[in-house]
Amino acid sequence: MSEKIKHFPGEAVSGRDIRDGKVPCIKHRPNVKYLWSAGVAMSRFIEGMKAGKIIGAKCVKCKRIMVPPRAFCEECFRPIDEYIPVKDTGTINTYSVSYVAGDASRIKEPILVAVIDLDGASKGMGILHILGEISDWKQIKFGMKVKAVWKPANEREGSVTDIKYFKPFKEG
Amino acid sequence: MTDVAIVGVGCTGFKTVSPDVSYKELMFEAATRAYQDAGNINPRKDIDAFISVAEDYWEGFSIFDEFVPDQLGAVLRHLFTVSGDSIIGLGTAHMLIKTGHFDVVAVESHGKPSDILTLYDIVSFAMDPVFNRPLGGHPFYLAGLEMNRFLFETGNTKEDCAMVAVKNRENALRNPYAAYGAQIDLDDVFCSNPYFYPMNKFDISQPADGGIVLILASDEVASDLNDCPIWIKGVGWATETPSLESRSFGDAVYAQLSAEMAYREAKITSPSREIDFAEVDDLFSYKELQHMEALRLCDVGEAGQLIAEGVTGIDGDLPINVSGGNLGMGWALEASGMQRLLEVVIQLRGDAGERQLADVEVGLAQSWRGIPTATGGTAVLSNC
Repeated sequence: MSEKIKHFPGEAVSGRDIRDGKVPCIKHRPNVKYLWSAGVAMSRFIEGMKAGKIIGAKCVKCKRIMVPPRAFCEECFRPIDEYIPVKDTGTINTYSVSYVAGDASRIKEPILVAVIDLDGASKGMGILHILGEISDWKQIKFGMKVKAVWKPANEREGSVTDIKYFKPFKEG
Repeated sequence: MTDVAIVGVGCTGFKTVSPDVSYKELMFEAATRAYQDAGNINPRKDIDAFISVAEDYWEGFSIFDEFVPDQLGAVLRHLFTVSGDSIIGLGTAHMLIKTGHFDVVAVESHGKPSDILTLYDIVSFAMDPVFNRPLGGHPFYLAGLEMNRFLFETGNTKEDCAMVAVKNRENALRNPYAAYGAQIDLDDVFCSNPYFYPMNKFDISQPADGGIVLILASDEVASDLNDCPIWIKGVGWATETPSLESRSFGDAVYAQLSAEMAYREAKITSPSREIDFAEVDDLFSYKELQHMEALRLCDVGEAGQLIAEGVTGIDGDLPINVSGGNLGMGWALEASGMQRLLEVVIQLRGDAGERQLADVEVGLAQSWRGIPTATGGTAVLSNC
């Protein structure tokens, strides 16, 4: 409503009216399910996570070590040469503080998301993950060192969530 | 105006399943082969634009376009996705080159139906939610409706359709890219389970995984990239109404209109005389006959007679689907039309090995986007 218009003609419709079927509408829940083949590169990554290792891919032509691993170098357009583990430590490339959950509701404890350049991978290569053991997000700094906190081996299932989070870490 | 040729083809597949590779690795292999075939070009600098043909629901990603560049060598380059049939993708690349702004364009399409657990639910999801979807059932009954009306209107028979299945499955045995080559006879088709009257199981193509990349080039550079450029003489596409209640079920109007558009550009007035062989959509056996008639490759009601007389066989005067078609190669979602293009290029180059047709100069590729669409494309290609 603006200052000039105090009332629109007609009857207001609420979300509840739609849910209650007072307004004609169509509801359909599609049955849409996939089971993607992980393939050569992603299978290595998944197996690596189970073993507590982050696997990268190396291209000898451009000398990059790429994370996440891929079967081909997208810069040189050639098959990669080797799968090698990188370290589970790194530095914060960028971060954000997410106050909103996946369903758009407000969350009390914000999720700290970060892109982490992993040690042993080429510059600007790493992992998107969440940060933990940080009491005040204002402590997060660009270039801050962090280290993966892994789930116990018997709980890992070949997923990025086999790393619980990355926590602040002092070298040496 | 600029003429456009296909100067490179690359294919991987087609197989009933492909658990060994991800969709990215599948696309990378097809692209690698195509670039090598097109004079070993480097996609990082020699290709001006890239087009992928893909549909989000087939892939299982929202905005699938964004997952495409890496495996095609198209990172930080000019790329977009056509969410449609792959011959429409070809037509788009053709136009890009005709603008004069692009000399070399890659077109990619793949299908990996083995990654989809609910393939036919996704087909149902393409149907109207108010008028059609609530009725339930398998969406392929639409093909039963269409086949029945087509046979009724034209006088073609169920036997004629079964002959298509027999011919194309046998043709596929000579095609290393085909997933469903088989020696079957008419009784096998008639004795296969009734699925959607008048259609039996063997009248229906089965899913297959694979990918194809084509490289298109302007006449200025085509001969540098390939000794045998295959010229695109005309491309067309068309869509009828989505309304199943008011659609033409007997004849494939989308195919007629797409062909007329392609024929106009290719200056073809008598397709049955001027076209040496054709690859037409045969996702269902009757579709081959219906499409032949829509494309004016024969008169209405005549297609069944031609297959009965062997005219459309590999040794006939008008070979149709020497590759095995979709019945023989497999239903590869949006890549189904690319299979048709691939075979026409291979035949016109003279590279088809034991299934090579003699003295072919003009070939036609035609595609349909499948149930429940009424969309299709046609391309006329020539080696001279």
